[in-house]
Amino acid sequence: MIDYKNVLTTCPYCGTGCALHLQVLDDKLVGVLPAKNHVVSEGGLCIKGWNAHAFVNHVDRLTKPLIRKNGKLEESTWDEALTLIAQKFGEIKAQNGPDSLAILTSAKCTNEENYLLQKFARAVIGTNNIDHCARL
Amino acid sequence: MSDRLTSLRETIEKILPDVDGVVALRTGPGGIVAPYLFTKEHPEELAKLALWPKEPVPDTLKIILHAHPDAKLAIVCRGCEERGIVEMFKHAQFSLDNVTLIGLQCEQSEVESCQCFKPFTVHAKLTVGQPVEGVRDPMMAKILAMSQPEKLAFWKEEFSHCIKCYGCRNICPQCFCNVCALEDETWVETGRLPMPNPSMYHMIRAMHMTAKCVGCHECEETCPSDIPMAVHFRLIARDVKEMFNYEPGASMEQKPPQLLVLEEGDYVRTGLPH
Repeated sequence: MIDYKNVLTTCPYCGTGCALHLQVLDDKLVGVLPAKNHVVSEGGLCIKGWNAHAFVNHVDRLTKPLIRKNGKLEESTWDEALTLIAQKFGEIKAQNGPDSLAILTSAKCTNEENYLLQKFARAVIGTNNIDHCARL
Repeated sequence: MSDRLTSLRETIEKILPDVDGVVALRTGPGGIVAPYLFTKEHPEELAKLALWPKEPVPDTLKIILHAHPDAKLAIVCRGCEERGIVEMFKHAQFSLDNVTLIGLQCEQSEVESCQCFKPFTVHAKLTVGQPVEGVRDPMMAKILAMSQPEKLAFWKEEFSHCIKCYGCRNICPQCFCNVCALEDETWVETGRLPMPNPSMYHMIRAMHMTAKCVGCHECEETCPSDIPMAVHFRLIARDVKEMFNYEPGASMEQKPPQLLVLEEGDYVRTGLPH
């Protein structure tokens, strides 16, 4: 059975919120189509939106966390990576205060994830240094 | 519109058991319409069959046929989409041996929305809806009334709004080259905005649309800067018709002039360009 469908989603690249369709053929992502009758983008996209499917299965995409050991990036587990981050953040905060850290969130996150990151910055780290890649 | 929708659904239901799938439009979440392959395994999806806004379905057909060259498919196509499919076929993008065309004739309101010159199918054996007359795009008369310097000023202004999204190329049913000149640094410099003006990007597109543009207006519809580029493709199409008596998509047999010149070295020149 041939399976072709378009999955409606929001462009991950900036805060505008253009709608796009991911074209899926036999469970494989094959391209992007704009969403014509969507109120935000009205069938238009920029060059990033048109290529929003490209990074999903890109060979350069990291699928495991990497930790630099002896000057070389090595594949690791999420447990090890997150433990290391927590430990280093703790050390930096103890030595230089919470404002020595900053959090840069992403348009690729959901609203809820961005909310959590500002909560993490303000309540856990204790800094107002929180910003977003779409404002760069 | 509901009558046309009902008879289209009945036409698809009738053909569905005999094919691997029917390419048509389906309403998705939030009422957003997109191309979809209806199959006999999921006939319930036909409840979400949609007619409008039109979508670039010739490309959907190409995507499916490239992965499944022997698939037996049907496709619901409007006049412009049928022309797009015929031109793709003539340029060896796919075979139409196992493809059934279901012609969907546009209604007056749709014709006016697209300013379409030929809003009906001519090849499809199965059709839905009554054909209506096409209209002449008023932009054509507006451009033709301009002097040469006025035209240059008009297009320079329009092309200065281009954000180089490549949407017009991506959505065009006739842009299918394996190597695209628009991705060649010689012609279109990456990372440069605004583009040099007059822009090679739009000049190359205009040249490449010669004897190919089927007038579906998908390029204009997807353009975030509302550049009325289809009108210059229509003006070039008028010249092609006069010079080579060729109308993209009108005939299954007549070869496009650019293929005749390459393959056979002879063509009938019927007039002079403007």
